[in-house]
Amino acid sequence: MAYDKFTVLKSTAVPMPMENIDTDQIIPARFLKATERTGFGDNLFRDWRYNPDNTPKQDFILNNPLYSGKILVGGKNFGSGSSREHAAWAIYDYGFRCVVSSFFADIFKNNALNIGILPVQVSPEFLEKIFKSIETDPKAQFIVDLPAQTFTIAATSEIAVFDINTYKKHNMLNGFDDIDYLQSIKPAIQAFTEKSFY
Amino acid sequence: MSTTPTTLFDKVWDAHVVQHIDDGPDVLFIDRHFIHEVTSPVAFLGLKNRGLSVMFPDKTFATADHNTPTINQHMPVQDPLSANQLKALEDNAAKYGISHWGLGNPKNGIVHVIGPENGITLPGMTIVCGDSHTSTHGAFGCIAFGIGTSEVEMVLSSQCIMQPKPKKMRINVHGKLGKAVLPKDVALYIISQITASGATGYFVEYAGEVFENMSMEGRMTVCNMSIEMGARGGMIAPDDTTFAYLKGREKSPKGAAWDSVLAYWKTLKSDKDATFDKELNFNAADIEPQITYGTNPGLGTGITKKIPAAAEIAGSENSYKKSLEYMGFQENELILGKKVDYVFLGSCTNGRIEDFRAFASLVKGRKKADNITAWLVPGSHIVEQQIKEEGILNILTEAGFQLRQPGCSACLAMNDDKIPAGKYAVSTSNRNFEGRQGPGSRTLLASPLVAAAAAVTGVVTDPRALMQ
Ligand code: SF4
Repeated sequence: MAYDKFTVLKSTAVPMPMENIDTDQIIPARFLKATERTGFGDNLFRDWRYNPDNTPKQDFILNNPLYSGKILVGGKNFGSGSSREHAAWAIYDYGFRCVVSSFFADIFKNNALNIGILPVQVSPEFLEKIFKSIETDPKAQFIVDLPAQTFTIAATSEIAVFDINTYKKHNMLNGFDDIDYLQSIKPAIQAFTEKSFY
Repeated sequence: MSTTPTTLFDKVWDAHVVQHIDDGPDVLFIDRHFIHEVTSPVAFLGLKNRGLSVMFPDKTFATADHNTPTINQHMPVQDPLSANQLKALEDNAAKYGISHWGLGNPKNGIVHVIGPENGITLPGMTIVCGDSHTSTHGAFGCIAFGIGTSEVEMVLSSQCIMQPKPKKMRINVHGKLGKAVLPKDVALYIISQITASGATGYFVEYAGEVFENMSMEGRMTVCNMSIEMGARGGMIAPDDTTFAYLKGREKSPKGAAWDSVLAYWKTLKSDKDATFDKELNFNAADIEPQITYGTNPGLGTGITKKIPAAAEIAGSENSYKKSLEYMGFQENELILGKKVDYVFLGSCTNGRIEDFRAFASLVKGRKKADNITAWLVPGSHIVEQQIKEEGILNILTEAGFQLRQPGCSACLAMNDDKIPAGKYAVSTSNRNFEGRQGPGSRTLLASPLVAAAAAVTGVVTDPRALMQ
């Protein structure tokens, strides 16, 4: 699925300061029966967001108009659990482009990068500062600069540098994904198969 | 040629690297790709949206298993969403010329059961599927692992995926297994020792006497559970047991092709001095029949043991207590004698003929306990057929059991086979997460023998007590 290029993002952020937010919470299993990649944003955090009668839960952060933005800030071990890519789809479809945490589950991180969400890993101390900044001002601005690999708290100008491998960075900057890349090396793949005997 | 000693994993991986990207992943060629109804529809949609086609339709195999009912398979599927996914799979397979063994096909069954039993899975292959238990195929000396939907689209369109190379771990189990100790117990034991994240970031090779003496079906059970210790996958070097299993299977090479491939397969083992990033050793004598009591596969122990106190468990005390609370168990309690409501024999972990033989050997001449609802679900139609031909069905029927039709069933409870909230299930599947077998369900993972002992006594029972 093609996605929008990611260069510099300036936005407010939505804080979810709990640890181990797992993929079953991000998108419950009963929403895996779809045959299309639409509507997942509506079911993002479905059981935390809505009561069984589909009325919004007033105390859940996504239902609070004070908080909005393209950046989701989560506690440690974000995205643990099953390999369902639907979790990343739901986050993207809802409108987030960047998830910040002090630690990401492996497969989630991969899935996120594959579909155009930038996972930004910062130190636990810096994560606290981000939460603090949103607490002080829900409209606090943050700047995610992918070319420079920096995350800045605008109010205090505090900067964290984050890691991303060169290949994935190039993809995100250009809105390419692995499928585009693989298409571009098809002759090499074709040549490879000629010596494969399976 | 370099003479550096290499591992089995490196040999197979390196043979499949189409391209290495500096500070990026390897482009890995995939020999076999399995698809099913749940994780493939969006991948096909992606192909359509980009105007791409399937590069090698003959390297992908489709089966329906995750959603399918396990009774009345000749009738239309009731749940409209499931029916829709099954239809999408059938249409996509037809459109792109992919082999499809759907509901009602005599070769239909769980993806990781039908691959090996039809000789689609062969030593030294790279195999992927949008299901994490793809690690099962590692039993044949394959690099096999689960992938996300974008990667399914990659494999369909280019027969490759992009993966960073994982670290390597070898797990050796020495000696001989005791009475009633099955491959599932070996897997559950290892996970209980190293925890559910003990192998995160690694690809595991299983070695040592226990695995050398193990049947192919047993090896599949062990490799299947690799993912439950956090590993990307697990593998076992192919040997005479492997070759004997594969010879004559439908899609196994025949004649001269067999001879030449056999010579290659014999090179697929770790060199004597090959090094691993991590190596672990266990003794078979320490392993008794196992059972889990918590809500991750690492929370298990020998069946005669007590549920550990929170203080004995590494990691968060709070999440351990929450886990016991969900299960309705207390610290320091015996697990033996706990009441059981459901027994599930099946899944790609333990839904093969040896599992049904083990189960039948124990229920033979006994009766199903009145309080037990038992779901016995073969992994495939071929297994179902064997159950009938070997007289196992008669044994089961006389003991008061019924046989269902193949599918994933209560392993993930996407169809109607859901354990009701609060009920206890002794299950031969692979995951005991909260709600995995249905909202509120309480799962105790165990071997087919422990499942059989629970099925005839109605409580958690040591199978050895029934085998005097
Ligand atoms: S039986 Fe369970 S683990 Fe195996 S393929 Fe089906 S859902 Fe996945």
